[in-house]
Amino acid sequence: MQVTRRQFFRICAAGVGSSSLAALGFAPGEALAGVRAFKLARASETRSTCPYCSVSCGLLVYSLGDKAKNAKSEIIHIEGDPDHPVNRGTLCPKGAGLLDLVHSENRLKYPEVRAPSSKEWKRISWDEAFDRIAKHMKADRDKNFITTNDQGVTVNRWNTTGLLASSAASNETGYLTVKVARGLGIVALDTQARI
Amino acid sequence: MALQSLDIKARSATTTPTPQARGAIPVAKLIDISKCIGCKACQVACMQWNDLRDEVGDNVGVYDNPADLTAQSWTVMRFSEVEVEQGRLEWLIRKDGCMHCADPGCLKACPAPGAIVQYANGIVDFHEEHCIGCGYCVTGCPFDIPRISKKDSKAYKCTLCSDRVAVGLEPACVKTCPTGAIVFGSKEDMIHHAEGRIADLKERGYANAGLYDPAGVGGTHVMYVLQHADQPQLYADLPKDPHISPLVALWKGVTKPLMSLGIGVAVLAGFFHYVTAGPKEVEEENETD
Amino acid sequence: MTNHWVDIKNADFILIMGGNAAEAHPCGFKWVTEAKANRKATLAVVDPRFTRSAAVADFYAPIRPGSDIAFLGGVINYLLSHDLIHHDYVKAYTNAPYLVREDFTFDDGIFSGYNADKRSYDRESWNYQIGADGYVMVDPTMQDPRCVYQLMKQHYSRYTPEMVTQVCGTPTADFLKVAEMIGATATPDKVMTIMYALGWTQHTVGSQNIRAMAMIQLLLGNIGRPGGGVNALRGHANVQGITDMCLYSDVLPGYLGAPTDADAVREEYLAKKSLKPLRPNQMSYWQNFPKFHTSLMKSWYGNAATAENGFCYDWLPKKDAPYDVLHIFELMHQGKMNGFLCQGFNPLAAVSCVKKVRESLAKLKYLVVMDPLATETSEFWQDYGEYNEVDPAQVQTEVFRLPATCFAEDTGSFTNSGRVLQWHWAAAEPPGETRSDLDIVAGIFTRLRELYQKEGGAFPDPVLNLAWAYSTPLTPSPEEVAKEFNGKAIADVTDPKDPTKVLAKAGEQLATFAHLRDDGSTSCGNWLYCGAWSQAGNLMARRDTADPSGLGFYPAWGFSWPANRRVLYNRANADPAGKPWDPKRKTIAWDGTKWSGFDVPDMAPNAAPEQDVGPFIMHPDGVGHLFALKGMAEGPFPEHYEPFETPLATNPMHPKNPLATRNPAARIFKGDEADLGTVDKFPYVATTYRLTEHQHYWTKNVLSSAIVQPAQFIEMDETLAKEKGIANGDVVKVSSHRGYVRATAVVTRRLKPLTVDGKTVHTVGVPIHWGFVGVAKQGFLANRLTPYVGDANSQTPEYKAFLVNIEKA
Repeated sequence: MQVTRRQFFRICAAGVGSSSLAALGFAPGEALAGVRAFKLARASETRSTCPYCSVSCGLLVYSLGDKAKNAKSEIIHIEGDPDHPVNRGTLCPKGAGLLDLVHSENRLKYPEVRAPSSKEWKRISWDEAFDRIAKHMKADRDKNFITTNDQGVTVNRWNTTGLLASSAASNETGYLTVKVARGLGIVALDTQARI
Repeated sequence: MALQSLDIKARSATTTPTPQARGAIPVAKLIDISKCIGCKACQVACMQWNDLRDEVGDNVGVYDNPADLTAQSWTVMRFSEVEVEQGRLEWLIRKDGCMHCADPGCLKACPAPGAIVQYANGIVDFHEEHCIGCGYCVTGCPFDIPRISKKDSKAYKCTLCSDRVAVGLEPACVKTCPTGAIVFGSKEDMIHHAEGRIADLKERGYANAGLYDPAGVGGTHVMYVLQHADQPQLYADLPKDPHISPLVALWKGVTKPLMSLGIGVAVLAGFFHYVTAGPKEVEEENETD
Repeated sequence: MTNHWVDIKNADFILIMGGNAAEAHPCGFKWVTEAKANRKATLAVVDPRFTRSAAVADFYAPIRPGSDIAFLGGVINYLLSHDLIHHDYVKAYTNAPYLVREDFTFDDGIFSGYNADKRSYDRESWNYQIGADGYVMVDPTMQDPRCVYQLMKQHYSRYTPEMVTQVCGTPTADFLKVAEMIGATATPDKVMTIMYALGWTQHTVGSQNIRAMAMIQLLLGNIGRPGGGVNALRGHANVQGITDMCLYSDVLPGYLGAPTDADAVREEYLAKKSLKPLRPNQMSYWQNFPKFHTSLMKSWYGNAATAENGFCYDWLPKKDAPYDVLHIFELMHQGKMNGFLCQGFNPLAAVSCVKKVRESLAKLKYLVVMDPLATETSEFWQDYGEYNEVDPAQVQTEVFRLPATCFAEDTGSFTNSGRVLQWHWAAAEPPGETRSDLDIVAGIFTRLRELYQKEGGAFPDPVLNLAWAYSTPLTPSPEEVAKEFNGKAIADVTDPKDPTKVLAKAGEQLATFAHLRDDGSTSCGNWLYCGAWSQAGNLMARRDTADPSGLGFYPAWGFSWPANRRVLYNRANADPAGKPWDPKRKTIAWDGTKWSGFDVPDMAPNAAPEQDVGPFIMHPDGVGHLFALKGMAEGPFPEHYEPFETPLATNPMHPKNPLATRNPAARIFKGDEADLGTVDKFPYVATTYRLTEHQHYWTKNVLSSAIVQPAQFIEMDETLAKEKGIANGDVVKVSSHRGYVRATAVVTRRLKPLTVDGKTVHTVGVPIHWGFVGVAKQGFLANRLTPYVGDANSQTPEYKAFLVNIEKA
């Protein structure tokens, strides 16, 4: 008699009568396989920093696969870095749940555009996205760039397109962003950090 | 198999003697309620480590979410607003979950061989593969901890992260606890640590601070430091003097082997009929799982 | 933070006020529990609500939202009238003995120089008396009626314990208990720390709340000391780093004041920013401004920036208006903006008055949203019924949504609240076609540059010449960018005292901002971060867990700006002779020839104590400012003003002067004034806040957070609930003059009605976090309720004190 693991579970779910059979030893070998093995034994470990508050807790990010060429890495678990001087391995409820941020069903995956008056998103390529955004920006900059003010002072500013920066982006992103923004003449520049 | 490093000290519904030759250091988790901020990191770390996700519930006027322990929530925070001293509000927040009793009522009550085991270090673990879903562990537990899953009709509860402890790590909730309200180590060290905390609390005016390690269940491997150890019921009805129900003791002592055998004989015929005549039906159900 | 997270373990007394560290920063809060457990420290919490921090505090005192200055002013008065100050510290390290101009006055809530029509001050009189030698005049005895100490004493004498109770609703005994706990740290062997956050900043008097606390810490001699300081607990992973990089209009990277229309000439601009010493021998470190600024321009424009063209000074945009986020949306609302880029920012949820922000976004021609997650902002045009009522057909904005990586999929550095830069590594590839923020910025910029190359256009020079020597221009690596902001020697950098000595060879990464030059021979994208990636490599990636001092400084873990210094103003941890105030908490000390010890000295290394160089080296006078001079918009001493929506008829401190009811220098736009509610229609005070289970508006997209705190709720006290017939768990509607939210009522003893100025004031708690996109239960954006008015200095909106009505829904 071959009983699959699933069938066995189903049988057990039938209730006390049938399940007592297990008590008498009528359990398939597979189901006896027992408790969980340690799930991170050979996962890849990467050091990271929590993206939430500014305690900036150290993280250990575990991903599936040993980084072999044919394995696509997938993050399977995140916990605190015990070496980190501030959090010493601890994480708050948000940090402890970071895996669910990484795998949120609301992660964006493709560039999209919503046309004027439209009710929906349309998927586009990066190439198209960059092209269309750059054209918008250039048209606005060329039309509204101010070289000198009323007093004839050189001001070289563009104040009809604004930029709001994240306070969760890296320093490198922040630096490159401010460099580009100022380079374009943007003055309507602010950050989440203010509020 | 995976837990070879942990010898089994007791096994449900089993008469075969367990190995005794090797020693083990009893472990304990100590929850210091005076340091707990109720952040629920332990709840999240538990669901992350154990691959559990409960339903997204609702707010019913309290901070307790999920509202109760479930087969997907093995630990929950219970919030109580109390005024022990008139005019001085205290927000007592207790992490609820399995106490890992030295004398576990669940294991005593369990009729399924090997569904509940107690390791030599004191951890009481459920092996769901052997669980028959009878719910006797629920009746047997003086703390109302085990929950039967709606998905597979099996009983679930905190394992004290036996799979982590077996390889030398602390449980997930202990590791994550931001304020160090949860600590883990040998039971001896934890009692010592608690003594220091209790002395500190007494200095800060909590005259009745004390350790919760109830003797009625032989002591526990999850203990609390309470600011008001004389009134554990303040902490969302933590039982003052927990005991295993006398009915369970009776069931375990005499009746269980007989009862178990009786039930088995009575349903054997039905079982063979179900397994041999009903595979098609079972497969259909499988597809919709 | 002047100090850093682990340092909190060195405190003897911890005050949490204007924040809720246990709730919002649990892992940093652990160092409070460590201080309590290991050095018997005590913790007091002052908050409108009995918070999670209060749950583990030794003492809790309630306070009405928006009355913190009255409380802190009361503490200052308590300290001065009981003489509980650290005398030697105050005399040597603050401007208490300095003389203030005779024409500086304060009259019934208004300082000298006020212009009611402009709602602003002419700050000329808010200054020192300058002697014939060009330096500030000082009275070391602090007896002169014009010295800061005496003026301060007089100013705060009105803040009696009874007045504190009248304004704050805090019972007098509770206030006195907290004042006593604070005062106990005035001795050199006791140190207190303050942990605050948005509970202080998000008021129309936000900056002055913090100043008041800084004054207290100066009076107690607690700044520059382990276990002390003034510690802002910042809310996002890299809010400190992005602030340091200055992604806002007022400043350029490293807090270099950005040029305005008044700064037509480079030389004059640089001279204005190079503050000259106001006392003998002071470092007045901003004298180095031209070196920082020139090096920044070399980083941005490379070879195009030459001495001849003023290092491209004119290419920098000059600013003609504030351009803070409230001003930006005001301009958008007026139809004066066409395009908008949102990088990891969800303004529809995060900015006050959702209605106004939504209307503003609908006036744009194009909107670009870069984010790892679907945000409310990106869907502002979508009809979500009652949660976001809009007709998409009427919205003409073209919206682009670009998927960005999250922390786990990119590499780079974050700066924590304690100023420590830490490097992280990508752990996996991002989902779908997601790209990193760096790649997205580079993608947009290079495409624009191509268009300018091909077609020309308005002033193309800065676009075409922006330094972009990345090995792959479309995907600059975080390593290259980090090296760039650290800076390098373009020509050999030599020692000014000995030109034969080369400090850095051409092409080398610089080790310190002390090596920056103003002649174009160095480049540096942010002087504060200079040293983070030196010739020694990436110091941000260091992971040495050694802690030689035992004080938790971890000097070889990451890199702490500036110069890897772990505690700012650490010179003040030693007495004027250079000996630590408390030998058990030694950081740096004078060893006879130089400053040395466990931290990088915040002082010229060879400045002997006899030279009298003050510890506050960025200030021209070298001392801490109890009197803020011209630095603050609404006055050199913090004064209590009511929130813009106040439950009171007048300011109880100035009942006869309506000009002083609310912050006389806070800006409010015309249309928004009309959107303010009054106490007759909106009788309850509301305050918004975070919960520990959630992070801002992100984690409603995160399943584990949704499970542990699934749905929106409103908190209120039992008396109010009874009056309104509301039972715990009922659905209630909370409305302000600007909008409403509907959510479950949590009726709690953690909120209590307070008696303020003779009347009962109830506080209604409005947690943020919910919205119309997410895996948590749908909810209303809390900012539908909040007023569109900000702090007079920072323009941070007043999210923390406004008026609402509440009814059973």
